[in-house]
Amino acid sequence: MKTKIFPFLLIIIISIIFVIFYKGLQNSNVYQPQMGKQKNIPIFIAKTFETEEIFKSEDIFEGDKFYLMNIWSSWCVPCKDEHKFLLNLSTQKNLKIVGLNYKDKKNNATNFLNELNNPYDFIFSDTDGTIAIEWGAYGVPESFLLYKNKIIKKIIGPIDQNSLLEIKELIQ
Amino acid sequence: MRFLKFFILILIILNFNLVHAKTKNLDEKITKNLRCLICQGQSVYDSDSEFAISLKTLVKKKLNEGSSEEEIYNYLKDKYGEWILYDPGFSKNTYFLWLLPLLMFLIGGAIILKLFIFKKN
Repeated sequence: MKTKIFPFLLIIIISIIFVIFYKGLQNSNVYQPQMGKQKNIPIFIAKTFETEEIFKSEDIFEGDKFYLMNIWSSWCVPCKDEHKFLLNLSTQKNLKIVGLNYKDKKNNATNFLNELNNPYDFIFSDTDGTIAIEWGAYGVPESFLLYKNKIIKKIIGPIDQNSLLEIKELIQ
Repeated sequence: MRFLKFFILILIILNFNLVHAKTKNLDEKITKNLRCLICQGQSVYDSDSEFAISLKTLVKKKLNEGSSEEEIYNYLKDKYGEWILYDPGFSKNTYFLWLLPLLMFLIGGAIILKLFIFKKN
C-alpha cells in the first residue's frame, strides 16, 4: 500500500508545480496596471512653468474638452522622440495639450522648448515629483488622455505612431 | 570580570551607531514595504530611481500632513494597484499565496503521521 501511494503523491505534487510554473511562464513579468475602470483625475495644487504662479487643478481642466496630459523633462531622451508626435497633435483643434515638467531645471526646459518648438497649451512644473505620483505615473515620458475629468487613456512611455493614431481616433 | 566590563563597553559603543538595520522612523518602515515599480526586485527604500525618490518625498509629506500608515498604503494602492505593497491583503487573487504554506504544513504533517505514527501500530 505504502509503495503505491508515494509515487502517486509525488506525481500529483510535481504536476501541480508544473502547472503553476507553466502558467507563470505565460504571464508578462513587466507589471502593467489595470486600466479597467476610468479614474477621476486627481486634485492638486501646482506652480505654472513660466510665471511660477500657484494654481488649482480645477482651473485648467474643463469638463467637456479633451486634454492630453504629458509628463516630460529636458533630461529625458525618449521625450525627444515623442516630441514630433506631440507637435503633430498640437494642430488638433479639439485637443489641448498640458505639459507637466517633471524634476527639471527651468533653463534646460526652456532651451528644450526653444530648440524643438512648444506643443503645449499650458505647462506646469513638478519639482519634486509628487504631482506625478498623484497621477499614478511611473516616470517620464507618460501621457494621459482626459475627457470630462476622467482618464480615458494612459500611455506609459513615449507616444509612437500607433498611439498617435489611437488618440486621434478617440478624440473624434 | 574585566572581560565582562570590556564586553559591556563594546555593546554600549555599538548601540550608539545607527548602522544596524533597525527601522528608525515610520517613513522608512513604510517605504520598505513599498515596491519600486520601475526597478523590479527592490523596495522604494533601497532604490535611488527618480520614481522612488519622489515616493519617499511624498510619504514624508503625507506623514507631516498627519496621514496614518494605513492611509498612505490605501492612497498608493488606489493610484498604483495592490502590486505596490509588499504585504498583499487577503483577496481572491492572493488566497492561494496565503493558504499554500498552511496546505504544505498539513500535507507534510499527514506524511509524517503516516510514516512514523501509524507505522508503529
